[in-house]
Amino acid sequence: MTPVLEVRGVGYQLPRGGRSLVTDVHFGVGAGETLVLLGRSGSGKTTTLKLVNRLLEPTTGEIHVAGRTTSEADPHRLRRGIGYVIQDVGLFPHFTIEQNVGLVPRLEGWTPDRVAARVRELLTLVGLDPDHFAGRRPHELSGGQRQRIGVARALAADPPLLLMDEPFGALDPITRVELQREFKRLEEQLRKAVVFVTHDVREGLLLGTRIGLMQDGRLVFVGTPGEFRRSDHPECRAFLEAVA
Amino acid sequence: MSLLDFYARNSREALGLLGEHLFLVVISTVVAVAIGVPLGILLTRRPGWRRPILGFANVCQTIPSLALFGFLIPLPFIGGVGARTAIVALVVYALLPIVRNTYTGIVNVDPAVREAGRGMGMTDRELLVMVELPLAAGVIFSGIRVATVIGVGVATLAAAVGDGGLGVYIFRGVSVVDDTLILAGALPAALLALAADGLLGLVERRFAWRT
Repeated sequence: MTPVLEVRGVGYQLPRGGRSLVTDVHFGVGAGETLVLLGRSGSGKTTTLKLVNRLLEPTTGEIHVAGRTTSEADPHRLRRGIGYVIQDVGLFPHFTIEQNVGLVPRLEGWTPDRVAARVRELLTLVGLDPDHFAGRRPHELSGGQRQRIGVARALAADPPLLLMDEPFGALDPITRVELQREFKRLEEQLRKAVVFVTHDVREGLLLGTRIGLMQDGRLVFVGTPGEFRRSDHPECRAFLEAVA
Repeated sequence: MSLLDFYARNSREALGLLGEHLFLVVISTVVAVAIGVPLGILLTRRPGWRRPILGFANVCQTIPSLALFGFLIPLPFIGGVGARTAIVALVVYALLPIVRNTYTGIVNVDPAVREAGRGMGMTDRELLVMVELPLAAGVIFSGIRVATVIGVGVATLAAAVGDGGLGVYIFRGVSVVDDTLILAGALPAALLALAADGLLGLVERRFAWRT
């Protein structure tokens, strides 16, 4: 089976001969898999994520999403076909929850009835009562509710691939664990290909089917959580010792 | 002679001058919005243009207003004695707050909102129209409000280039040293400024999105 996402020899160098932020990264992610990109701040995790949906353009290498080469796709169409969740959520404050969740389907020209039905389905999926929440605005919601909306919004057009950049990083510890568990359950049900960036080892071990460890812009280790625990790579040890 | 007596005897003339004044302010503000908002948007897309353009607008703002009217009179096409000169001068004054607030309003949109929009595949135009402009609208209207209030005051100088407005009474009053006559121009101009401020303030609050 071909993976949903294939990253081949990808690198990113800042413009005008600047520093290399990502160097020669290879990985693949299939449906139902969650690849956790783990690493310290500045190790290139977020940059790698943004290279996939072309918020940044790779300077070397190739990326394939659902069999298509991203560099040949229209970047806007490409991004509409990839769910994207960020730490600060970025809900539109002047939109209702319904408008926020239905944004990509509307950009894609779905009929209003179809968008409305999809929004109800998604709100229910992330555990929020549509009758109660659809008409509200983001400022009326708690942090955890907002990120649930962020996840619902990313799933709206049913993309095969989800990119998540420390989605639960800004939440209080209890809400964070709740959302992690819900997300795990959701992923077992939906079986998307997920790339999940975090610097929290526990989160990585809980959610990842595989862990990719980044250090100085390179992917220095890829393996299952079990392999990660047993690895004698110094950076793996450093992360494990930090939570021991 | 009291102010009320004055208005009672000269109601037609006074209303005519008030109308001219309003006309000058409304036309010049509309023109300044038509130029200033697109210019402010452009500055958010071409960061290199920000300093020269805002700098130029700043310099325009520092020219004493009476001097600006004077400078414009000898210029071909835009100058001369009459409404055109006054409108050009008023537009020059209104531009800075409108351009600056449009730029600031858009630039200060929450970066997470912009990143989410781009990450979901919105084009630059969709992001501008659906997200940045609505979220910046309050700040933009505040610039328009400031520009209008300034315009009401500066428009009293239009009388100096023979273009009427409430300044006619003020200049006439100054030359014959008649306080009532000066008040007859200054008071309605002040009330007009307050009214414009209040009205546009209401519009501005309409766009105060809670985050």
